[in-house]
Amino acid sequence: MTKPVIIVGASMGGLRAAEALRRFGYAGPITVIGEERHAPYNRPPLSKEVLAAEVSHEAVAFPQRESTADVNWVLGTGVERADLEHGTVTDSKGETHAYGTLIIATGLRPKRLEVQNSELTGRHAVRTLDDAIGLRKELKPGARVVVLGAGFIGCEVAATARKLGCEVTVVAPGSHPITRPLGVELAKELQRRHEAMGVRFVMKTSVTDLVGTTAVEGIVLDTGDIIFCDVLIEAIGSHTNTEWLEGNDLDLTNGVLTDNDMRAVKANGEAWPNVFAIGDVARFANPLFDAEPRRVEHWNIPTDTAKRVAQVFTGQAEGQFAPIPSFWSDQYDMHILAYGLLALADEVKLIAGELQGECVFGYYREGKMVGVCGIGMRTTVMGYRKEFELK
Amino acid sequence: MTIKIDVDMTKCQHYGQCVFEAPDVFRLNADDKLEYTAEADDSELANIEAAIDVCPMQAIFIVK
Ligand SMILES: Cc1cc2nc3c(=O)[nH]c(=O)nc-3n(C[C@H](O)[C@H](O)[C@H](O)COP(=O)(O)OP(=O)(O)OC[C@H]3O[C@@H](n4cnc5c(N)ncnc54)[C@H](O)[C@@H]3O)c2cc1C
Ligand code: SF4
Repeated sequence: MTKPVIIVGASMGGLRAAEALRRFGYAGPITVIGEERHAPYNRPPLSKEVLAAEVSHEAVAFPQRESTADVNWVLGTGVERADLEHGTVTDSKGETHAYGTLIIATGLRPKRLEVQNSELTGRHAVRTLDDAIGLRKELKPGARVVVLGAGFIGCEVAATARKLGCEVTVVAPGSHPITRPLGVELAKELQRRHEAMGVRFVMKTSVTDLVGTTAVEGIVLDTGDIIFCDVLIEAIGSHTNTEWLEGNDLDLTNGVLTDNDMRAVKANGEAWPNVFAIGDVARFANPLFDAEPRRVEHWNIPTDTAKRVAQVFTGQAEGQFAPIPSFWSDQYDMHILAYGLLALADEVKLIAGELQGECVFGYYREGKMVGVCGIGMRTTVMGYRKEFELK
Repeated sequence: MTIKIDVDMTKCQHYGQCVFEAPDVFRLNADDKLEYTAEADDSELANIEAAIDVCPMQAIFIVK
């Protein structure tokens, strides 16, 4: 019997890998093993429109295709270790599965606040459907909500909580929300718009402790001030889920290092012929920008990297793999759309529109455009996309 | 044979990602709003499936 392709992680990356393998003609067995109990679903709405309405699996589930009807889904089961030399993975039920090819799609989990009082209830993170279901119940009108972290997810959750009538304070160490990667000018404007909606910002501050006996009642800042709250949302970054791969010949510094074919790389620089990594957990160089391997936590990456793996696996890959990173974010009536890697820029400038209305910013490194980001003005933003195509 | 397409306009946020995948089916008009052709030729299937995959709002459906 042929050994299956085993995909570990049953989220967007895992699903797209199974679909792409079928699309490119692989008809053999596929097993997907995933820790969450839910079939693959879409995460972005969990901080946006679905969190504002009703959170359910139905509202976010990815449609299942006929082509993947025979895929063996092993859900609610984590993989605890892998033995790449012998081609096996062992799950939390103690079962060992042999693979012909392994696709790593285990993504990220949220970083959590580490303070003395950290066993209090009422603390939330937003990564999974179950996280969002738990949080939604507490976002009642008038609830005092503290959002720790002012990145994309922090800002989106702040906007949603505000929409639901909560009193929202964002607390973060930076000077303005999402300064990286948006740049100071746009970040300041974003803060102004949030403030106009009634969100309070306490910036350049960190949390030293929590207040409360069983449930969290407030946070203690490094200034000594206390902010009281009913709900604490931690959006302070993430860890890569790679512990299960430890002990194998891989580079696991910040994700799984891969080559341009998404093949996991050994310490000596050679690639494993039958081990791939995709999505948020993969760290790879993108020839659109340079030779520096990076993880890219954007929604198009699971789909694009899964497609590359399927092409490589079936011998249909052509040319270099150079996906154009793209992301969007919805906050109130602001629709932010971006292409490229904004964080690489050494210069950011307004290239269309007006800062206080709809606007487009260009991001440049040594004079060459590396990113574009707009609030509204989508056609203009999209017009710049071709700047990033591999020439 | 043709493929029938439906976009849930209550979900669509006019991000235009579909436009890059299936430009003969989807486009943004002068007001940055999505317009699409509700019926496309079978030869468009692969492009339409790609558009379904990249739609951030998961708003595109093939009507059976
Ligand atoms: C709230 C939120 C909002 C977002 N909004 C946007 C947005 O607006 N725009 C945008 O571009 N991107 C957004 N993103 C990012 C986008 O959702 C991610 O890039 C995408 O989910 C990555 O998919 P993935 O499959 O690589 O990883 P993940 O979605 O992290 O999936 C990994 C899966 O692997 C499972 N797993 C982990 N370890 C194991 C193990 N040992 N064994 C078995 N299974 C395991 C996990 O349980 C999980 O289900 C958002 C993300 C979040 C959380
Ligand atoms: S990709 Fe989806 S959200 Fe964007 S315009 Fe097309 S249908 Fe609408």
